[in-house]
Amino acid sequence: MTGYLTALAAIVTREALRFIHQRERFVAALVRPLVWLLVFAAGFRAALGLSIIPPYQTYITYETYIVPGLCGMILLFNGMQSSLSLIYDREMGSMKLLLTSPFPRWWLLMCKLVGATAISVLQVYAFLAIAAAFGITMPMLGYLTVLPALVVAGIMLGALGLLLSSFIKQLENFAGVMNFVIFPMFFMSSALYPLWKMAESSELLHDICAVNPFTHAVELIRFALYVDFNGAALGWTVLAAVVFTAAALWGYSPEGSGIRRKG
Amino acid sequence: MIRSATLICGLLVSPVWAGEIWVTNEKDDTVSIISTETLEVIQTYPTGERPRGITFSKDFSRVYICASDSDAVQVMDPNTGEILHDLPSGEDPEQFVLHPNDRHLYIANEDDAITTVVDTETRRVIAQIDVGVEPEGMAVSPDGKIAITTSETTNMAHWIDTETQELFANTLVDSRPRHAEFVKDGTQLWVSAEIGGTITIFDVADQSEIGKIDFEVQGVHPDRVQPVGFEFTADEKTAFVALGPSNHVAVVNADTFEVEDYILVGRRVWHMDFNGDKSLLFTTNGVSGDVTVIDVASRTALKSIKVGRFPWGAAYRPTD
Repeated sequence: MTGYLTALAAIVTREALRFIHQRERFVAALVRPLVWLLVFAAGFRAALGLSIIPPYQTYITYETYIVPGLCGMILLFNGMQSSLSLIYDREMGSMKLLLTSPFPRWWLLMCKLVGATAISVLQVYAFLAIAAAFGITMPMLGYLTVLPALVVAGIMLGALGLLLSSFIKQLENFAGVMNFVIFPMFFMSSALYPLWKMAESSELLHDICAVNPFTHAVELIRFALYVDFNGAALGWTVLAAVVFTAAALWGYSPEGSGIRRKG
Repeated sequence: MIRSATLICGLLVSPVWAGEIWVTNEKDDTVSIISTETLEVIQTYPTGERPRGITFSKDFSRVYICASDSDAVQVMDPNTGEILHDLPSGEDPEQFVLHPNDRHLYIANEDDAITTVVDTETRRVIAQIDVGVEPEGMAVSPDGKIAITTSETTNMAHWIDTETQELFANTLVDSRPRHAEFVKDGTQLWVSAEIGGTITIFDVADQSEIGKIDFEVQGVHPDRVQPVGFEFTADEKTAFVALGPSNHVAVVNADTFEVEDYILVGRRVWHMDFNGDKSLLFTTNGVSGDVTVIDVASRTALKSIKVGRFPWGAAYRPTD
């Protein structure tokens, strides 16, 4: 068991070191949601009237509405970034080194997932602190209760990144992930607009958004930020996390298509 | 849900100020009663047509309601919701104010350009005073010597001597004055101007203007920033001002006349009242048909409570 924990500590430390050494990555990860919050949302502040929907008990500004979605955006991009680093590791050969470890492959991948999620959660807290400095605050207790929601959502989106990385053969193909995974997942969710608003323009779009696991991750975060609990969102997020993790582990297993081809 | 529970627990452990906020629903012809403890509507009573102004007698045993389209001021038993009788009010009563003697009601008759004074005991009109066109805002000084009527179209505050029931001064204010309040022991008079977008402050001693407050809500066109009702905190250091279709309440420093904050509430916020210890403020939001509860200390909106269509006036009644 100690060996397992040593492996976990080593991989998480490596993720942390990589993160610390890439300060520009930290800044870049924060700039993206902050641009959305301080530029995009400011422009839409008066244009979008939001009716009261749970977990909100009164009227809120658009900036307040999109904060949970932007937390989700950080987790989503980091999940994909993590998968990008896996592809890089594979191309550089360090993945092979990692997989020669005596520990099971699933454990190594889970360690990688945990490490990436921990880094993502730290970035979300940095983002929430900057948002608070601009006057966009949540209930104090919400900053604590959101932690488990961020971990669950981070693992789900990290698992999705892991799954994608098991199927992407070359680094160059990663651009496709942006177009076919990140953008559709983000825009077809409740991150920017509530689902009832989607239903006003298209029922089909609303239904697509409603089954998007990213929607449920965002709603889980939204409710948790307001010291509330959304059981359905938690259920769907956990289900998606289990499915993505299982598929990723299969993808990385010798039977799957993942590492075998390159390695 | 948990947040509501936290709020309600917080309210329960604070000093007990059990009470109700009564809200007139202009298009439903009803009053909604909100518990200041649970922040939920606990009762709805029918009224005459188009209820707007609402106020309680000093001992809270009667509630007076301006039923504008019924051309009557209705007197209701707040314990049963029964309409006890109507008072002669003149045509289209919109707002009124109860004199500190707990007996004389000063009523603005919007269509007739008069202020009617009614004795609530004898149920008789004791005076009708000609004022400007479309009178609306009503106030009476704490010592009861001066009553004010603001006229929406003439853009004036009319000063009435309550002993002679005659005007003794008229002062110009900005366009469409809606609401007036005496503060600082009756030494100042504040008058809001809906279209002018300002509040003018007068020195009561000589009726001279001593200050003016402008409002500017970020992202909202100035035309939509329309001050209407306003109320003061217990220490009279802070005023909360409803800004109509800008959907915000302004927080004003009543000493410096500086606007310190804006709070997002429901659509077309109109009037307001506090709970018993003035820790919570309840604003009526006409278009969205709800009442927003503001925590006075933190200046944040806590909750919006659905009431009837087009809530207009609000009045507090203690229940313990």
